[in-house]
Parts: sequence; C-alpha cells; structure tokens
Amino acid sequence: MYTTVDRGPDVHEPSIPDEWELVVGLEVHVELSTNTKLFCGCANAFGAEPNTNVCPTCLGLPGSLPVMNGAAIESAMRLGRALNCTVSPSIMARKNYTYPDMPKDFQTSQYDQPTNHDGWLDTPEGVRINIERAHIEEDTGKSTHVGGDGRISSAQYSLIDYNRAGVPLLEIVSCPDIRTADEAKAYVSELRGIVLALGVSDAKMEEGSMRVDANVSVRPRGSDELRTRCEIKNINSISSVGRAIAHEANRHIDLYETGERPIQETRHWDEEAGRTRPGRSKENDEDYRYFPEPDLTPLVPTAAELEAIDASLPELPGAQRAALAEAAGIEPTEASLIVERGDAGFALDAIAAGGDGARVVVHLNNNLAGGVGKLTAELFAGLVNMETAGELSSTQTKEVLAEMVETGGTAADIAAAKGFEAMGTGELDGMLDELIANHPDEWARFAGDDEGESKKMAGFFTGQIMKATKGQADGKVVAQLLNSRK
Amino acid sequence: MSVAKPAAFGDATAIAALVASGDRTAAAVVDDHLARIAEHEGDVHAFNLVMADDARSAAAAVDEAIAAGETPGRLAGVPVAIKDNMCTRGVPTTCSSKILEGWEPPYTATVVDRLVAEGAIPVGKTNLDEFAMGSSTENSAFGATKNPYDLDKVPGGSSGGSAAAVAAGFAPASLGSDTGGSIRQPASLCGVVGVKPTYGAVSRYGLIAFGSSLDQIGPFTTTVGDAALLYEVIAGDDPLDSTASPQPALPVSSKLDAGVDGLRVGIITEMAGDVIEGISGDVLARLRAAADALAAAGAVVDEVSVPSTVYGLPAYYMVAPAEASSNLARFDGVRYGLRADGTNTAAMNMASRTAGFGPEVKRRIMLGTYALSAGYRDAFYGKAQQIRTKITEDFDSAYENFDVLLSPASPSTAFALGDKTADPLTMYLNDVCTIPSNLSGHPAMSVPFGVGDDGLPIGVQVLAPMLGEVVMFQVAAELERAGA
Amino acid sequence: MAEPDSQPALSRDEVAHVAKLALLDLTEEEIDLFTVQLGSVIETAHDMNNLDLEGVQPTHHPLGLTNVVREDVVRPSIDRAEVLSQAPDVEDDRFKVPPALGED
Ligand SMILES: [Zn+2]
Repeated sequence: MYTTVDRGPDVHEPSIPDEWELVVGLEVHVELSTNTKLFCGCANAFGAEPNTNVCPTCLGLPGSLPVMNGAAIESAMRLGRALNCTVSPSIMARKNYTYPDMPKDFQTSQYDQPTNHDGWLDTPEGVRINIERAHIEEDTGKSTHVGGDGRISSAQYSLIDYNRAGVPLLEIVSCPDIRTADEAKAYVSELRGIVLALGVSDAKMEEGSMRVDANVSVRPRGSDELRTRCEIKNINSISSVGRAIAHEANRHIDLYETGERPIQETRHWDEEAGRTRPGRSKENDEDYRYFPEPDLTPLVPTAAELEAIDASLPELPGAQRAALAEAAGIEPTEASLIVERGDAGFALDAIAAGGDGARVVVHLNNNLAGGVGKLTAELFAGLVNMETAGELSSTQTKEVLAEMVETGGTAADIAAAKGFEAMGTGELDGMLDELIANHPDEWARFAGDDEGESKKMAGFFTGQIMKATKGQADGKVVAQLLNSRK
Repeated sequence: MSVAKPAAFGDATAIAALVASGDRTAAAVVDDHLARIAEHEGDVHAFNLVMADDARSAAAAVDEAIAAGETPGRLAGVPVAIKDNMCTRGVPTTCSSKILEGWEPPYTATVVDRLVAEGAIPVGKTNLDEFAMGSSTENSAFGATKNPYDLDKVPGGSSGGSAAAVAAGFAPASLGSDTGGSIRQPASLCGVVGVKPTYGAVSRYGLIAFGSSLDQIGPFTTTVGDAALLYEVIAGDDPLDSTASPQPALPVSSKLDAGVDGLRVGIITEMAGDVIEGISGDVLARLRAAADALAAAGAVVDEVSVPSTVYGLPAYYMVAPAEASSNLARFDGVRYGLRADGTNTAAMNMASRTAGFGPEVKRRIMLGTYALSAGYRDAFYGKAQQIRTKITEDFDSAYENFDVLLSPASPSTAFALGDKTADPLTMYLNDVCTIPSNLSGHPAMSVPFGVGDDGLPIGVQVLAPMLGEVVMFQVAAELERAGA
Repeated sequence: MAEPDSQPALSRDEVAHVAKLALLDLTEEEIDLFTVQLGSVIETAHDMNNLDLEGVQPTHHPLGLTNVVREDVVRPSIDRAEVLSQAPDVEDDRFKVPPALGED
C-alpha cells in the first residue's frame, strides 16, 4: 500500500511561551471503509450522485429500523485492539439532537458502554498518549450552503445529500495527555498509520474520512490543574492540527494574561484566517438525553473472536519502525517515512536479499517517493550491491533505479544498455595524473594543512573528474583516490 | 345504534377456504366488504383511507393466480385492514397525524408484505390515536372512530379503527399495534379477539415507532382460530428487525382444540379487585366467570400475586414517552411530511412540529423529553427501566406455578366519546391491566367473554410466558368455546 | 421520597425549557396546562420510589438478544425520485431547507 502523508503546507506554528503548558485531548473520527453503511445495506462510497445511496433506514424514514453491520464492529474492534484498548461488551445509544443532515434527529452512537476503552498509543518519539475510548457511531449527511459568500452565516438556503448518512465511524478519544502541538501532530500521524496498516479506513483528511477535533486548554507550567477547555472543530489536515492548537492555546494565554478567562465552547478552525471562531451557540447548550438504542441489541464479543482479532493484527507502524531500524542500523525515527508510505516490508526484504541497509533506506526515502512500481526487493538489492561495489556512481544508480521502477528490468541490463561501464581505478589514476600536472597550485592547496582549503580543492578535483567522465565516475572512489595521493 | 358485524358474514379461515377451493372469488369477497364499508363507514369512521381500487385489483390478481393453478395462500382473498401506522408503499400512511398527512412511503412494512404474500387483500388504512398515543382513538387528527356496538361510545385505542373495522364487518381481520394495550383494550371494547404477541415475535419493520422497546404488531379477528392464522402468517424472524425473535412463527394453531385439562391458570390478584382500583364490577364478574369456565373445563385455577404490576403505569408513562420523544424527533419538516415556514432551519423545524402534532403527542413528547433530560434521567427513565426487570421477574415467578395468567383487558366497557378527554391521567388508567405485558415483553391477548351491565362487550386477558403463545391460544380457544 | 404537596412536581420554567429541547413552540396557555398535567404524571411517577430497586438491572430489550448483526453486503438503494417526491422542497436532487443561522 502506498500513500503520502498529508503534512500540509509548512506554515509556521505560533510558539507557546515557556511559562505556559498545553493540555490537549484529541477526538479523531475515522470513517470505516466497509462495503455498506453501519445500519443498512446501502453502499458506503465517496463521491456518488447525491441521494443515490439511500434507503428508508439511512434516510430515517418513519418505520425503518437499523441492523448492525458485523464488519464495522470487527473493524472497530481491530482498531481498538491495535490501540491497546480493552474491548468490552457494548451497547449502542441514542444521542438526541436535531440537525437537518442527521435523518433521525438523533445519532446512534455509544455512550457509557463503548466497544473500546482504556488504551494507548506511543508516538514515534516515544511519547505515550492514553486513549480513553474508541466508540462506534454513524456519520451524518452533507449540507451545502448556497448563496451569500459561501459562509453558512450568510447562506440563503442549504441542500442536503444523505449519501454519507449512516456511514460507520470510529471516534477515538484521547486523554488530555498531549502537551505540545508537535505531539498532537505525531499522535494523529501515528494513528493514521495504524489505521492504514489495519486497512480499516483510507483515512484521508482532505476527503473527510479522517477528522480531528481538539480539546485545548492551557495551564501555568508545573501546575496540574485542568482549566477551561475549548473544542476546536473543522481541522482539515495534520499541519492544521498543530496550527489550530497553537493558535487556540495562545488565545487562552492572552486572555489569562489580560485578567480574563476563556469560556467553555465549541470553536471552528478557519484555515485561511489562521484563527478559531466561536461555533453556533446551540452546540454549547446541548442536553443529549442519551439512552440505550432500543432497536439494536447489545454487542458481546466472545473470547474466541477477540483472540482471532489479536492473531489477525498486522505488524503496526511502531513495530515496523523498530524492525527496519534494527535491520538497517538506523534510528527508529529515521524509518518513519518509509513506514508511513507502507514500504517497510519492501525495505526489509531488500536488506534480507543482501542490499546495504543504509543505501536501501536512502533510496526509499529520496528516490522512491513515487512508489516502487515494477521494482522487486531482489532487483533493488542487486542495484544497491552494484552501487556499493563502485560499479555505478550514485547519479547512475538513481537513473537506473528510475528505469527499473518503470520496466522491472535488472540493474545490470539497464546499466549496460545505458553504457554505464564501471570506471576502473586505473583509468581514473591516469586522469588524475594529468589533472595534477595541469593544476599544480590547486594540488598543493589540496595537500596542504588548511582543512578548509583542502576540502575546497577536493571538490575542485572531483568536479573536474566528473566533468571529464560525464558523471560516470563514482564519487566515493574518486575521493579514495585523491586521499591516497595526498 | 349498533352496526356490529352480522354473525354469518364469514371469518378469515372460512373465506380463505372458499376462495382457495374456487367456491367463491376473491373479487366477490372484496365487493361484499367494500359494500359493507360503503354502508356503515360514515357512521363508524374506522378508516383514514379505503383502498377500494387497490383491493379490487389485488382480488382480481388472487383470482387469476388461483385460476392459473397456483397454490392459494393461507389468506387467499381475505380482506384485511391495516392500522395507519404501518407503511404501505405508495399508499398514504399518516399515523392519524397532520404531520404525515399525504405521506406515501417508498416501502412496505414486513407484516403487510407477509399478509399479501399469503393472498390477503388490504382494504384500507385504519384510524388510530395520533402516533398510537391514546386509549380511545379520539386523538386522531382526522376525527374519532366510533364503537360499532354503540356509536356514541369509543372503540378504545389506539388501534380503535382496526378493532372497529373487524367488529363492524368491514374486514374479517386487521392489524393493530400494541405499546401499552393498544390492541387488547380496543379488542375488549369492540368484542373482538386481539393479540399482542411476545415482543420480537412479529417484525416491527415498517411500523412507525412509538415506544420501540414496547411496540408489537398483532391481529384483530372475530375468532381465536383466525387470530392464530394471522399470527402464523405475520410472525417469525425478519432480517430487517434486529429485535425480532430469531425463530420461525410459533405453531399457535396446533393446540386450539386441545382443551385446558390440567393446565394451571392464575388470576392476577392485583387486577382482581382490591389492589388496582377502578376496575368495574361487571368486568370483574366476567373475569370470574372466565376463570370458572376454565375450571369447569379441567384447568386448575387459583389467584397469584404479581406485586410489581402496580408500578406498571408510572413506569410505562416514563419509558414509552421517553422513547417516543426520540422516535418522533425525525418529524422536522426536512425530508417528508408537513413543513411550516421558518426563516432558518431550526425555526422551520419548530414551526412544523408545532403545527403538525396534536396535543396528546406534544404532551408525551414533553413528558419523554423531561424523563430523559439532564438531572432527571436516572430518577425517571432509569428507574422505570429497572421496574420492567422487577415486573418481568414477578411474572416469571408466577409462571413457575402457572401456565397462563388471567386478568381483565380493560377496566371498563366502552365509555362515551368525550368522557375522558379532559384529564390525560384518567385516560391513561385505561391501560392499567395491559401495560405490564408490554413492559415485560410477554404475550397477552383479549378474548371476548360476554357483555357488561350496559350490554357492551367485555374481554378477558390471557397472559403467557415469553414466547408462550401456543398455550395462550390454547386457553383463549377454550374461553371462546365456553363463551359461545 | 415523594415531593411535598405544596411544591409543584414541575415548574413552568422547566416546561418551557423542555419545550425548547423538544422543538415545540408552546403558547403561554399550553405551558400552563402542561405544567399541571405533566406535573400530575410526574407525581405519580414518584410512586416508583416505593419499590426497592437497589441493584436491579434495567431492561432495555425484553427478549435479551445479543450480537444481532448482518453481513456487509450491498443491497440496492431505493429510487431517488420516489424519495424526493415526498420531500417538502428539493433542488439539484437534494433536500432543500432554509439556512442554518447562528453558525459560522
Ligand atoms: Zn441506507
């Protein structure tokens, strides 16, 4: 599986003054990629014609009833177990509130008996964030606000498409354990990696199949109090997670420092303006009147089911990073990108096939961002071997690699076809003799005691050789040669 | 004035046999019933909609199928009336509410599909208390239904239209729904058989919900045998209803002739006179007479206390409105039904609901919203759900020593129109004998057993353990024989 | 623990608040009437306190079924035209509603 991680544009996050500490909990909604919706047999598909994936149940028509999608429960439990949660008997509950894109005017969710609870997630940097619960609920339809300047507040009317209504969601609620905006981003990114590794969702923030709400408060560093928090909604990318949190925290700090205090409320992140704004007042004054959903039965997983789920879990990103780091002799954090892209298995296979770990990691990080294409781990290892043996320069290697991805050919064949003959040391020796004769001053500076000068002149001679060989010489071999003559 | 059905008009079993054998056409059967409707419906107002054309073409289709040699269904050519809270595709389904006036569902309730699959012919959608909330059918937005035995009296409710339709001979069978007695109490008042199956025995898919954990669909008929036939057709698992019992319909016809020799029958002490007040003397007299008749047929009859049933009424009036408040939230003017003007969505929602719901529905939505609201949920809704457990446990202990229980179905015979509309609490007391079975989920049915001092029908309620319908029908059949 | 008789079981303000939650626009007269009527039902409900319910589990499902689930297999959806034909207002194959105010 290949995906890029959306880290968003690299916009600077406001920093937090040292005397203040962030207290953040995240609520992440993940749309489960089941074939059908949570309570009916309508297709769970993104981008269909409006109101075509609908039926009496997901339109909330009078008299309709829900029937639970077994696959959604299984996905939820798999994700729960991957987040180290306890999976318990659970019941669905009705969360009563009215909104036009919610067909029944209540959301079928879980309340005091969620499927998953009390887990944790370790970020790549080793920070453990506890997870309070990960519960199953249904998605709403989609409203389009028409007229005015596109803002809801100035719209003339709204149009509703219920295709998304009833799509299964897992809401993962972290404890307020997050202390920096970076930790929040790392948490979301790691969670996304786990979701992708499990294959339970495509977790695309830009399409809304993964959505993040942040509960943000601040406190004087060193204190353990919990101050008034605000819930920030409408965060659309991982980089926005950091910006929205940092912005909101600074808003709180400014209020405290001017003798005011924030009020508990729901706020919306405005990506363009780079600030949060108060939500509709109703969101802040709800009485959800939860009660157990009488139309659905309790879910009681058996021990055998749970064992089967545990046994079926794939290797998760944390373990993949550790394994690759071990095999390649790198730090686990250096393996992050490859793991995020889903290439850890490929990397391990290439190393197992004899490829040099460090070079395998470098190529995957830098030269295979677009995917491995027709390249196999064995062919890749073959290429890396030619490179480390000095038979190909790094420039040549890169060029051959690009073609291998396209065609699936062997490194040797492609290098031969391109005329990339290994440049022998003898040939290079002769070239160097000629260069030294033509540039005696430069050579003296290279051989002298001034390290800076020596480095500069090494670059000069290497450049000259590369120019003469049209880049076919191996930089490492040239460097060795220069040093041996010093 | 009485427009009650003449005895010789034919029950469902008889009609189906005649149609199946080709001795009578479904078309003729339907025409007879439509003629009777045309004659008396103006007095009774059992229907929100008479489906005359649909019924005639359905009858023609049944006749054609039989002529073509297809196996006739078990209800071939039997006219049935459907309570207007069950969805019928393309046919208006209103719940007797202005908020759903003219709504044509895009799908059909499982029970209606099952009836039609066996050759039954829907002849109309029957009147009810709006959203099944009431005990007299006076809470209909489209006018009250009258009791065919006395047009100045109520038919009971909420399935008053379905009970009256059968009593008036508009159809030999009908479907009602029972959340707190809405089948059994009108059956008692209209002198017909009315069955509330075990919760989950019959699919609720397509039944517009009132109290989801209490609602159950069941038949009205003139005979216990017909009720058993209807039950067997509509009961059984439905993949569209998660709460449906995962087994086929119970064979309730199997023991109708078995008698009651040796069966243990318990009269519920709390409903036999002293504990629960307000049960009239003639009703209690018919209860005793029924018990005597069963004893004479060999049953062992005794009294048994089911103490927590006295808490049924307050528990019910928390649970049912609570669930209703949530079930009826969807009537918001967005996707179907009445929309009133509003400058924004919330204002439109509120205006639509305010204009569309009648006073009793508003009252129950308010009550249920309160019972679930912050600070009150545990004290009201929570306690009520615990009381259900208590009632179930008390019933279960009684069933350790008894095969069935006996009680009145309604505290009185039919009362005058307008008599109890002023005070909701007085009206709520009508359900005092029937509510406990909804709270526990046990089956119960009302069987006509004579008349009261006013000459109006009285039903006796037979109650049975969970999925104990076979013995319930067995005892009901004996009462029918004894009362005949 | 029944409410003392002197105190109404339900205040007028509570009725008005509940009406808002229930999205009902009640007249002053209706609020007065419901305060009395709902109050009397709620008083009756206090009878429930006479029963010892310590440790009694609530009944949410009379039949006590668990794990009723379906296969994750797509079933045909229903005809859009049929659904939209019942809607009060439609535009571009979607349900049309007045604007949602008070939101940003
Ligand atoms: Zn659907």
